[in-house]
Amino acid sequence: MNIIACVKQVPDTEAQIKVKADGSGIDDSQIKWVMNPYDEFGVEEALKLKEKNGGDVTIISVGPARAMETIRTALAMGADKGIHISDPALDNADAFVTASALAAAIKGIPYDIIFCGQRAIDDDSGQVGAMLAELLGLPQLTIVTKLDFAGSSVKVIRPIEGAQLSIETSLPCVVTAQKGLNEPRYASLPGIMKAKKKPVDVKNAAALGVATDVKAKVAKFAPPPARAAGKIICGDDAAQKAQELARCLREEAKVI
Amino acid sequence: MAKGIMIVAEQRDGALRKVSFELASTARKLADQTGDEVSAILLGSGIEGLAAELGKFGVDKVFVGDNAALEPYITEAHAQVTAKIIKDNDPAIVLFGASVQGKDLSARVAAKLAGGLATDCTDVKIDGGKFVAIRPMYAGKCFGEIIFNTAPAMASLRPNVFPAVENAKAGAVTKVDVAVDAQKSKVLEVQKDTSGKVDLTEANIIVSGGRGMKGPDEYKILEELADVLKGTVGASRAAVDAGWRPQKDQVGQTGKVVSPNLYIACGISGAIQHLAGMSSSKCIVAINKDAEAPIFAKADFGVVDDLFKVVPELTVACKKLLA
Ligand SMILES: Cc1cc2nc3c(=O)[nH]c(=O)nc-3n(C[C@H](O)[C@H](O)[C@H](O)COP(=O)(O)OP(=O)(O)OC[C@H]3O[C@@H](n4cnc5c(N)ncnc54)[C@H](O)[C@@H]3O)c2cc1C
Repeated sequence: MNIIACVKQVPDTEAQIKVKADGSGIDDSQIKWVMNPYDEFGVEEALKLKEKNGGDVTIISVGPARAMETIRTALAMGADKGIHISDPALDNADAFVTASALAAAIKGIPYDIIFCGQRAIDDDSGQVGAMLAELLGLPQLTIVTKLDFAGSSVKVIRPIEGAQLSIETSLPCVVTAQKGLNEPRYASLPGIMKAKKKPVDVKNAAALGVATDVKAKVAKFAPPPARAAGKIICGDDAAQKAQELARCLREEAKVI
Repeated sequence: MAKGIMIVAEQRDGALRKVSFELASTARKLADQTGDEVSAILLGSGIEGLAAELGKFGVDKVFVGDNAALEPYITEAHAQVTAKIIKDNDPAIVLFGASVQGKDLSARVAAKLAGGLATDCTDVKIDGGKFVAIRPMYAGKCFGEIIFNTAPAMASLRPNVFPAVENAKAGAVTKVDVAVDAQKSKVLEVQKDTSGKVDLTEANIIVSGGRGMKGPDEYKILEELADVLKGTVGASRAAVDAGWRPQKDQVGQTGKVVSPNLYIACGISGAIQHLAGMSSSKCIVAINKDAEAPIFAKADFGVVDDLFKVVPELTVACKKLLA
């Protein structure tokens, strides 16, 4: 089985995000970079499929030079090889350009199933998996919390608002991973050693023939609007505080 | 030239989802500034009657695609028809709901049109004749202003953020031809949540509990408060990972992003990943016995006390006020 898992390097969830004074971007000098948590679920599911059915797992990432660390992390978890699409022209890529670059790289290799995270926690767009599926002409299963592989098809669970869908689709397809799908493994020390020797192909946009002009552009970044200082509810005991809180919610905030 | 504003309405089981009315009202507001028409795409089976409801919220014209192959929702079928209607009518702006279905569909349609899409927007405006979408990024740690280099400009709007206001327009039905390819995907089963509660992403009031709840059974006091307030119960990741609450209840950076009118955090410390999921709530209440807990920095109202004493009293007090 040929399995592909797409990964993105993103700021750690603990990271404080500071906007540059001119609003042109975020100040990334203090940031610790990690694999996007949703991509970890995708990599884990890819490895589980490989362990059960044989085959190999290819990791693909679009990102600057430092994204190689994230590819190595996935290789250390047990993936076999990597493709790193690295090009300064892709530094401000939107979802469409990113998906186009991934699609161009994937077109050249065999695949049965492609995993992405359901969204990346930096731009929070959640578009790449679906766009990749469209560009490759494949069915898409987004926000998946359970996957059963049955030879030439997969059956998945997708939670939607107020319900769970069970959907079946034929391979090849694109699956985007949601928390709940599995528990990603940690890279073992021998895994980390082995990962250093696994092959990673580095490609640029020109080699893939990808147009890098973005369709949607972040023209300006801004810090979140400041919240007015809150009010601590006083009272002699819990009952008094609760009554005062209820009154505030009804009369001041008018939310109940 | 691309012209007009189009919304992609969402219906389930023959009823329009609330976000569809939010889309209609938002589109109407923008269209009134630019002097444009608002149109809507409505797909499904036996759904023509819903067009009038969209009219009530400001839609001039509804493109109805009625076909058994469009019910239930299958991404590829809906994307094919949606993209065709957009291409044939050339709107300047297309708005989707940022629901699970809307996000799934919008990204596929944007790829078909090779266009730009801004996901999960919390504000939209016309600035110097151009459409601008504002959206939280980095889980709300900053906001981005998105501009578009191609037409149509596409955006999905976060549910529960934009008001739905009645403003009657024609809602005239135009039936469209909906030839759909054979599909590779099939919905085998729809398992409905039988709790009768609104989903967290659509809830007006959320009562959320964290590790401070001590165990699964203790959530009963939150359920009781939520019942009185007609709200939905949520949880922190600590509570979900402990197995006290199902995954679907998790609020935060790796859970659901919610924006209710009222968010009551009980026994939740306010880790940065949790705040990411709820800081766009209109009113935030924190109940925590630790006065230093970071959640208080985000709270509009804070109660420093034992939640096991405060919550039951709050339930009683609210019941009285709402009686
Ligand atoms: C990659 C990653 C992603 C994450 N994603 C999320 C996410 O999406 N959502 C999320 O919530 N977390 C997320 N986390 C976890 C997050 O960092 C915190 O660990 C978690 O939010 C803590 O949950 P908590 O506030 O319930 O627990 P704690 O931090 O342990 O806080 C419990 C609070 O309860 C209070 N308390 C205890 N007893 C009482 C009482 N009797 N009365 C009143 N107050 C009481 C305590 O004072 C304390 O403030 C993520 C972490 C990582 C690393």
